[in-house]
Amino acid sequence: MLAGAEGPARQQAMQQIVKVGRFFDAADTVAVSQVHIMADPEALGLSGVAYLESLARLPWTERRVRIPTVTDPRGVDFAAYKRLGQTEAMADLERRATAAFEALGVMMTNTCINYQSVIPPVKGEHVAFGDTGSSIYANSVLGARTNFEGGPSALAAALTGRTPRYGYHLDAHRRGTHLFEIADRPRDLAEWGALGGVIGRAMGSYWDVPVLAGLSAPIASDEMKQFGAALASFGSTPLFHMVGVTPEAPSLAAAFDDRPTPRAHKLSRSDIADLMSSYRPKDDRLDVVVFAAPQLSLFEMQTLAGLLDGRRVSPKVTLLAATSPDIKSAADRMGITARIEQSGATVLSGVCFYQMYAREIGQANGWTRLMSNSAKIVNILGGYGYEPVLDSMAACVESAVAGRIVGRPQ
Amino acid sequence: MTRSERVYRGHPGPGSTVVGEALVARDNFSARYDLDLKTGVFSRPSHKLFGESYVGKILILNVAKGGVATAWMLREMVQSGRAPKALILNFANPIMAQGAAFAELPLIDRFDVDITGVIRTGELVCCEPGTGTLRVV
Repeated sequence: MLAGAEGPARQQAMQQIVKVGRFFDAADTVAVSQVHIMADPEALGLSGVAYLESLARLPWTERRVRIPTVTDPRGVDFAAYKRLGQTEAMADLERRATAAFEALGVMMTNTCINYQSVIPPVKGEHVAFGDTGSSIYANSVLGARTNFEGGPSALAAALTGRTPRYGYHLDAHRRGTHLFEIADRPRDLAEWGALGGVIGRAMGSYWDVPVLAGLSAPIASDEMKQFGAALASFGSTPLFHMVGVTPEAPSLAAAFDDRPTPRAHKLSRSDIADLMSSYRPKDDRLDVVVFAAPQLSLFEMQTLAGLLDGRRVSPKVTLLAATSPDIKSAADRMGITARIEQSGATVLSGVCFYQMYAREIGQANGWTRLMSNSAKIVNILGGYGYEPVLDSMAACVESAVAGRIVGRPQ
Repeated sequence: MTRSERVYRGHPGPGSTVVGEALVARDNFSARYDLDLKTGVFSRPSHKLFGESYVGKILILNVAKGGVATAWMLREMVQSGRAPKALILNFANPIMAQGAAFAELPLIDRFDVDITGVIRTGELVCCEPGTGTLRVV
């Protein structure tokens, strides 16, 4: 492949694998079973879309992906983009990127919760996942093995079926490096995200692996999802262990591979509250409420519908909920989408708020004050000109209905 | 030690040798969360380099942070002419390495010193990714 016998797409893919492998002193490559590609048009830019199109023009045998390959959220929901103030240029770039991916044989799942809604990998399975949230969930909760595979490397894995063997594919990197003793179990998804944020802020680099002790099983999939997504966003780390909960940490000793255990950092409710209050606004003005990052599961969609039943979102506020096309389809069939949208809220399909030109959408709609129950999204949007506020889904809905920020119900 | 002897060794990375003016901070780095790619400045208010242009600079920061989009964005930055000349980090992560490899953007990390503490903003430095060497010229 590296010599070009299988065409330029696979040759360039192998070159990418070799360069990255050398950077991390990888001994060889490892076969992966599935690929998840992050490649929204905002991230791709014109040059990225043009690159995909150059691959799409190759003969089918040269351009076809070798293993099942699925996509992360897109940047444009064609049913909603005009209402959101997205431009035709954004929509065109989205159409071009999607057409190019389809020409490569990529399955357009358009979701960051592929571990909930497509095919979750199993323990020990090597994969190439391209969203930090999906990677940390696959590594930590499922015991699968992946590095953060950014778009070009995920594409290289799709075209070759392989990835450099370094980082989290190796046992040596999967043992714990930091220990946190958790005194108080988070009470809702926003608090699970906040706990992930607290621990993420304490992480020094990609190679740090936090171990949490003091939490008891079961911890629900959506709780793990919010915790992991926030940890990966604040900390850029792709793996955590929870003693007695996650598959590679049946005991404290196992989480550290029987090596000496580091001194525990104790975390309590006040640490979670401090992170949440660091996003407290100076007044109660509210422009937009967003449920996304990660996209909502079917269960979260049902919870949101229950909170909105019989209510009206204030005309001063926009409420957006993003989910995957597959879950949207299920929610449509079950009447959940209709219950959410009867309140005046909008359900977005196959997109995620921060991957859909959030800066430009904010400017087009005059949105600055944003409320969400996702710690990941409030972390990201601080860099995009927003004043984000983190609170529970219930408090977000109460605020959307009231037309101003109201605190969480006690 | 004279100025000409200030040479720092890190891990080899992608890209070709470049010379440029250093822009240094102890803060971390994410292309997606910290930068305004259209104007070429740091846009995250809490970043030490907020408001500073990174275009054409040898950017020297601590650790690569969040956001897989950086893997695509570095190439877009290079091709649009609004990129740093090189990225020098204490610790890159896979996303930064993958993005630099795809963009052919010079990248060195893993020095034997805290590289953000030994180079000052405005100094002229030579970055040799092939050998993993950073030299003050």
